[in-house]
Amino acid sequence: MQLAKVIGDVVVTCKDDNLTGIKLLVLQPIAADGSHAGRTLVAVDAVGAGVGETVFFVRGKEASFPFYPVEVPADAGIVGIVDHYDVEPM
Amino acid sequence: MQIARVIGTVVATQKHRKFEGAKLLLVQPVTLDDKPRGTPLLAIDSVGAGVSEKVLVVLEGRAAGEALGRKAAPVDAAIVGIIDSMDIQE
Repeated sequence: MQLAKVIGDVVVTCKDDNLTGIKLLVLQPIAADGSHAGRTLVAVDAVGAGVGETVFFVRGKEASFPFYPVEVPADAGIVGIVDHYDVEPM
Repeated sequence: MQIARVIGTVVATQKHRKFEGAKLLLVQPVTLDDKPRGTPLLAIDSVGAGVSEKVLVVLEGRAAGEALGRKAAPVDAAIVGIIDSMDIQE
């Protein structure tokens, strides 16, 4: 899993049937210090996240597990909203 | 599996139900000589690791789900061991 900031949402009318009713959000992965870490991506939302929130997301087939038994064609999914995190320098 | 150092803790109230009761830690993958490698990631802790400890992390969904003890959990990384020592030849 990785930390990310939700920076936008995506509206898609014409899509796979199994994506119906699922919110799609644009994520910017972040490092522990809040700086950008890698490219932005679109993820399915399983927890009701919104723009501006810090979340954590899972990559791979596991992104579709919250929607089981519906087989959602997703490779990234938000699975938690971060209240706060603490980092100690290495 | 990868060697990583635990650098922080994450608190999330709103999360997928399969995460309930699970401890989430921020880990920084490290090289054999203990230098940071890549960006930090979030892992489920199944062994009771703490901040600053060197740990063994699985980066694969099925294995991580098994470490959590729950089937079809939307996780992709889990701490499966705390490293006592390493001995590298050459």
